[in-house]
Amino acid sequence: MVHGEAWTVKEFFVLPNEYIYWSIQIVLYPFMTGLVAGAFVLSSLYHVFGVEKLKDIARFSLVFSFALLPVAMMPLMLHLQQPLRGTYVMLTPHFTSAISAFGIVFMTYACIVASELWFVYRQHFVETVHVLRDKPQRSSGETLRMNLYSALTLGAWDLSDKALHRDHKAVTWLAGLGIPIACFLHGYAGFIFGSVKANALWMTPLMPVIFIMSAVVSGIALCIVCYIVTMEIRKWRIKRAWRKKHPGACSLTAEELRGVQAFEVKMTSRYLLIFMVLAVVLELLDIIFRGYTAVKSWDILREVIYGIDFTKIFVLQYGIGNLLPLVLLLLPGLTVRRAAIASMLVLFGVFMMRWNVVIGGQAFSLTFSGFMHYHLPIIPHNMETFKEGLTGALLVMGTPFALFYFLNKIFPVFIDEKAR
Amino acid sequence: MKRRDFLRQTAIAVAGAAIPLSALEIIDPRELLAARPDLRWIFLVDTYKCVGCGMCVQACKKENEIPLEANVTRTWVERYVITSDGQVHADSPKGALNGFTTQKIDLNAAGERKIDEGQIEQGFFVPKLCNQCENPPCVQVCPVGATYKTPDGIVLVDRKWCIGCGYCIMGCPYGVRFFHPEYHVAEKCNFCYHRIHKGMQTACAFACPFGAREIGNLKDPNDPVTHTVMTQRVGVLKDEFGTKPQVFYIGLNKEVR
Amino acid sequence: MKNHIWRPLLVVIALVLAILIVRAIVVPDDFGVHEAGYMYGWYREGNIEEWKDFKVKYQGSAYCAGCHVDKVEDRERSRHGFIECENCHGPAIDHPEDPPALNIDTSRELCIRCHSWLPYPTSDRSSIPGIDPATHNPDMECVMCHDPHHPNLEDM
Repeated sequence: MVHGEAWTVKEFFVLPNEYIYWSIQIVLYPFMTGLVAGAFVLSSLYHVFGVEKLKDIARFSLVFSFALLPVAMMPLMLHLQQPLRGTYVMLTPHFTSAISAFGIVFMTYACIVASELWFVYRQHFVETVHVLRDKPQRSSGETLRMNLYSALTLGAWDLSDKALHRDHKAVTWLAGLGIPIACFLHGYAGFIFGSVKANALWMTPLMPVIFIMSAVVSGIALCIVCYIVTMEIRKWRIKRAWRKKHPGACSLTAEELRGVQAFEVKMTSRYLLIFMVLAVVLELLDIIFRGYTAVKSWDILREVIYGIDFTKIFVLQYGIGNLLPLVLLLLPGLTVRRAAIASMLVLFGVFMMRWNVVIGGQAFSLTFSGFMHYHLPIIPHNMETFKEGLTGALLVMGTPFALFYFLNKIFPVFIDEKAR
Repeated sequence: MKRRDFLRQTAIAVAGAAIPLSALEIIDPRELLAARPDLRWIFLVDTYKCVGCGMCVQACKKENEIPLEANVTRTWVERYVITSDGQVHADSPKGALNGFTTQKIDLNAAGERKIDEGQIEQGFFVPKLCNQCENPPCVQVCPVGATYKTPDGIVLVDRKWCIGCGYCIMGCPYGVRFFHPEYHVAEKCNFCYHRIHKGMQTACAFACPFGAREIGNLKDPNDPVTHTVMTQRVGVLKDEFGTKPQVFYIGLNKEVR
Repeated sequence: MKNHIWRPLLVVIALVLAILIVRAIVVPDDFGVHEAGYMYGWYREGNIEEWKDFKVKYQGSAYCAGCHVDKVEDRERSRHGFIECENCHGPAIDHPEDPPALNIDTSRELCIRCHSWLPYPTSDRSSIPGIDPATHNPDMECVMCHDPHHPNLEDM
């Protein structure tokens, strides 16, 4: 069976070689990259613009952004027919291709996030090593942690005020540098689609901008959801500690945490709203413009947008994914729970937007007189349907959380400020 | 160290890291030299002569080792039937590997359509193959340099270097590219590069009994194909994409996509 | 370089150097920019030769005439003379070494590629003698009555 045949159903006049070659993994790829970029932009709001209120969530989103980084590459690797040759993108880059430039931008961005993370956590590394070193008896886990942290300090042990001040400045600069590169990174993902002149749905200069906006939206939404979840876990742990009569285990009470959580979520939701309005306006502008200018491809695009994909675009993406959360966030008296629901709906909406662009762009034939329908392989029966099916998608979506769990062990997101 | 210095030097380092040596090779004197001055392969298709037997598709698949049963093909034949109500009925069942043997139009998942014989105003066949564009968009979008234009104008795929991202398949406005079912790399018509450089015809032109397909050299003024392209009214497919296709068609109709 | 803020940069430089070293080892020497420029001519030159060395399968009727001169001449005199031998008999490349590998296709499907009648006024197809495969002796092979090398019934 030819690649793509397993999930493509052709209808009417479709060229013999046409299949849905870019499937679920390419839907996930801009979605995951968007989350990376969005999470980073959110963390930069605190570091660069000094939005003090976002201090807690800023560190959280920085670590989460780092956890998402390798996952942004995962869909590509699962999608490639020759995954072992993936490194050729770095070795013989052909910069006239958006994908090749993406490799470089991605690496640059990864270096910036890693450096920023290093500056944020250097003090923690050094302090932890000092504490552990002074300990008379160490468990093997603690020895491992001490050695790992010693390596991670890269030999920079200086904790003087001057040095810490420099750390802080470096973080500010890196965060500032990171914002345009994060936008660049995701703008490129949009450019990959927007520059394909052979595809009538994709080709628009608005595509990179739309992608950046929806990236920020999805990144903020994900951070809100994850932040709320981790805060709930912390609160639950504190309560359990109280029940077990170990009040000294935490310096913050559950009530204090709840206050912090509600405040940060409300603040972040406002940024979410702003970017969401921008994203929706641009997307609608694109559709309106296409309908108004009505060039040759409009006949088939109209059939896709208002016909085959109507539910996916207007009900799932705009209705449930945009309008509903907009109402939820705008209604007065925003609660944490409502923000969580709204954020999850926003995430779903952005995912549907990626789906409608990637799969929708291949829903019609180059002949403009035939359609291709996509059927996501649910149960894998070979490597291809495993990689580019529901299983592969779940693998990609689950990995950042697993990575975050381990990264959190090295870069603890909630360093107890009062303990210092 | 001043903050400004730090920023500047970081920026330089990052920019330096972003430019591998390959990018610096762009300024290459060889680029300034013209491509091979004596050879530019072109192709001529006469849609009046094509009868839709599909011998070309069969020969192409056998010559170029594309499995016959695989539903992809380097070249294919399309059928267009235009009825008196102005409707265009087009199909290409299995790329016309077994020719067109019935009057029914194949609509894939939508079944078949019977056309009333008395309603037919036009009916003709259009062979398709790679246009070996002067500005190939598929080459432009390849991230690793695994597909390229040879000095004599043929777009080839390096099977040892292709990473299989599918960007070229998306970038081709003519749908000539696909993944090879065995090698799992991008695959396309290359005018039977191994034959034409030995002075033979392409397999499809060789197999066509009716002379509907011909290979030629644009740089040779005495070449009969070049003569036809220069002296007759010929068309190309989808020139609005700026690809400058090099497969020329006699009797091209606006309904052909 | 006493300032510790350069430490991450050193890691990045090490990374870039590692990539450049791998590049020098992995990328073939003939990979580079060629005549068509960076946009269209960025490739491994050796690949052109690899494609030129691809095996030729269809040989042409002159090759067939090396052994089957009678059949080839016979065919050339008939109305099917303009059809290459290998269209029906398959590519001849390995045939002399392994004769049985070449099956002679005598199926109805082969003949009706051209001879199934299609009423298309703007194509030469309609000028080819044709039948309706559904009604013209549907259960019989064409070769039972027609000789592909002498397709005219009058000549038989």
